Amino acid sequence: MNLNWQFIIDSLPLYREAAWTTLKLGFWGILFSLMIGFICSIVLYFKVKVLKTIVHIYIELSRNTPLLIQLFFLYFGLTKVGIALTETACAIIGLSFLGGSYMAEAFRSGFEAVSKTQIESGLSIGLSKTQLVRYVVLPQAFSVSIPSIGANCIFLLKETSIVGAIAVVDLMNVTKDLIGMYYQTLEALLMLVVIYLVMILPLSLILTWLERKVRYAEFGN
Amino acid sequence: MQNLGINVFLKGRNMIRLFEGLMVTARIALIAIIIGSLLGIVLGVVWTSKSKWIRSVCRIYLEMFRIIPILVWLFIMYFGVTTVLNIDLSGEFVSIIVFTLWGAAEMGDIVRGALESLPKHQIESGKAIGLSFWGLYRYILIPQAVRRMLPGAINLATRMVKTTSLVVLIGVIDVIKVGQQIIETSRIEVPTASFWVYGFLFILYFVICYPLSVLSRRLENKWNG
Repeated sequence: MNLNWQFIIDSLPLYREAAWTTLKLGFWGILFSLMIGFICSIVLYFKVKVLKTIVHIYIELSRNTPLLIQLFFLYFGLTKVGIALTETACAIIGLSFLGGSYMAEAFRSGFEAVSKTQIESGLSIGLSKTQLVRYVVLPQAFSVSIPSIGANCIFLLKETSIVGAIAVVDLMNVTKDLIGMYYQTLEALLMLVVIYLVMILPLSLILTWLERKVRYAEFGN
Repeated sequence: MQNLGINVFLKGRNMIRLFEGLMVTARIALIAIIIGSLLGIVLGVVWTSKSKWIRSVCRIYLEMFRIIPILVWLFIMYFGVTTVLNIDLSGEFVSIIVFTLWGAAEMGDIVRGALESLPKHQIESGKAIGLSFWGLYRYILIPQAVRRMLPGAINLATRMVKTTSLVVLIGVIDVIKVGQQIIETSRIEVPTASFWVYGFLFILYFVICYPLSVLSRRLENKWNG
């Protein structure tokens, strides 16, 4: 099993470009997921009428369908009914649609972890509803949600591997092309694995460390 | 929208073909879930060992699947392993292998979590009344652990079913591929076919996964509540 190192060096720029695309998509996907998730969890927390039902439907739809189908539908399906989106836009929308519900779940579990006595104490010292959320609920909820938010970030970054299927030139696409064009299968796969390890392993280690830290911050421990 | 594109499903054998494709997807998912769960239970029991080495090996095995995306694993098996060993594996076989190994890793973690969450005195009492290793697991630990792990296990099954959608990317003729073929053949007559077919696949996956996640949530509320 001899690896063609020259080939690896030559294809480095391609992989660098693709890794950059993956990170960019991951960044926007995570950012929008956080926003969607936060809004959804607020809606659920305050039990806003009508909106609550919409959020529930959204969460179920997003959690119970594969990203690949969501992407195909956005990219190939919607163009046929007049909504043409670029592949990058589709990828970001797809990732946000998927990630939003996971983030909503993470925030929700945080909100639920804030004990009733905290809210009652807040009310008894005369905080308004917004103040209560801003100063009592959010800081505590956030610290509880951090591990699952982190896990979701890793999950989304991994899910970006699928966007290659709709012609985004990401890591998977580059790898597939190199295998198809040059038959340098092992070299291409090695690069692919190494890059994913380099991107995700540090995140995973930070997350483990963060989880341990946050556990000390929990109320009542 | 000229003459409703939804008619595309009624043309020729399209509905039957989609069903056949679905069966391929279901076969991969079912085999992987069943074998993966069984291996996972064994892995989970081994994982509770006190040896640091065994625990580390199990942990590394799990993290390999947690860090590297499943699609990359499919590529490694489909393109890499076949090249190294100079063998020919079908996409379906590769899919089953990858999903089984992944399922075993995740299931192992769930089983380990469930076993370790049981109070220690359960093990001690079991030993005190003279149960053997097998007896201990068979009559004391497994029955109690099942309740704690079932919601997680069903959740895992839902995830695996969703992830089977990826097999189309390594050339398996699954339900998505059949959908794409239908889109291709009816491109002229039904230009909006891709909207309807992908919409249909979206709903199809939802119809399969939704009951599973509801069941998982119900069990969780019932047993942990």
